[in-house]
Amino acid sequence: MTNAIELKGIWKRLDSFQLGPLDMLVPEGSVVGYIGENGAGKSTTIKLMLGLMRPDGGTIRLLGHDTQTMGPKEKQDLAFVFDELFLPGEMKLKQAETFHRYLYGDAWQTETFRALCKRFKLPDERAIKLYSRGMRMQLALALALSHQAKLLLLDEATSGLDPVIRDDVLDILLEYLQDERHTILISSHILSDIEKIADYIAFVHEGRLLFMEAKDTLTEKYGLTSLSKEQLAELDPSAVVGKRVHRFGADVLVKRDLVPVNMELEKATVEEIMVYMIKGSR
Amino acid sequence: MNIQIKNSSNDPIYLQIKNQIREAILSGKLEENEQLPSIRLLAKELRISVITTKRAYDELEREGYIHSVQGKGSFVAAKNQELMRETLLRKIEASLTEALHYAKLAAIPPTELETMLRLLEDADDKCD
Repeated sequence: MTNAIELKGIWKRLDSFQLGPLDMLVPEGSVVGYIGENGAGKSTTIKLMLGLMRPDGGTIRLLGHDTQTMGPKEKQDLAFVFDELFLPGEMKLKQAETFHRYLYGDAWQTETFRALCKRFKLPDERAIKLYSRGMRMQLALALALSHQAKLLLLDEATSGLDPVIRDDVLDILLEYLQDERHTILISSHILSDIEKIADYIAFVHEGRLLFMEAKDTLTEKYGLTSLSKEQLAELDPSAVVGKRVHRFGADVLVKRDLVPVNMELEKATVEEIMVYMIKGSR
Repeated sequence: MNIQIKNSSNDPIYLQIKNQIREAILSGKLEENEQLPSIRLLAKELRISVITTKRAYDELEREGYIHSVQGKGSFVAAKNQELMRETLLRKIEASLTEALHYAKLAAIPPTELETMLRLLEDADDKCD
């Protein structure tokens, strides 16, 4: 299997913050949820991938090409959606389309773009600056999916959108994935809906990648339980990943294979795993 | 074919899918050589990850229920009568063991169990 994303020893220093060194391999055809706190380094990673920032060291290969030497032709295969739309506010739908047709040439698919705009009910005659936040994101997504890109990078794209729009986005991403050469990386700090479709979860914390694992492995590895303080004290300390101790007991995230078999465990969501790992270990 | 995913279930999602497809094959709802939905279509419709659906299919294939053809998809395997019979026998054994266990608890002798079984069989025949 080939990798759509290959990061090797990538690092970048920004004032007191350092991202990396980071290694990450994303197989073609998969969906990665790239999660972490605000300021953990998610956006920096994506900017490095897109060449909007230069790394201080390491190599990045996207779809088999080194990003340092990637030409415009290869870059057409990349698409991105940020939480902001980088187009002049005076533009209307028509101009945005013309501009992108110019950018992507033969790869541009007018039909696809118009169908998506229609599906999102984007108004033709309104300046983009007067679009709502949800509409701007929908437009960005429509633009991203209309030039036959093979790798889609979404940076906090769905954060702050209402659940109905997020649901639409989910459907559209799933349709995009019907082609097995298509790969998606979604960075987010809210995962509840997107996590459903993610194959892998990559978790970045304070600039370092804590893990990247198949989501199913994660949910099978960890479990949540509520214990009394006495029960907690009896537990093998290496089984405890994170805990929230309160006045009447403790909620604990544990490694399933290190606790007694008869202990009742609930499934932990990816979000819970993230919170317990960050907060529960402090 | 219907597949229902229950988040409240203790079974992981791949296992829920696997069990439901296996049931459909054993009960004949899915016929020999019938094509199964593609891994990606199933993931899209159920809104789950591709890896999860792939794992369900991989296990069904390993156990001989389905087979995959590169580039074409997955199909219900030709019925291995012996294997199917073996699976069903094991299920019957498990159910009977359970029944025996409860019979012991309620102090019901095996002869009474046999009568019960015959009565149930009659009722089942009438239903058909």
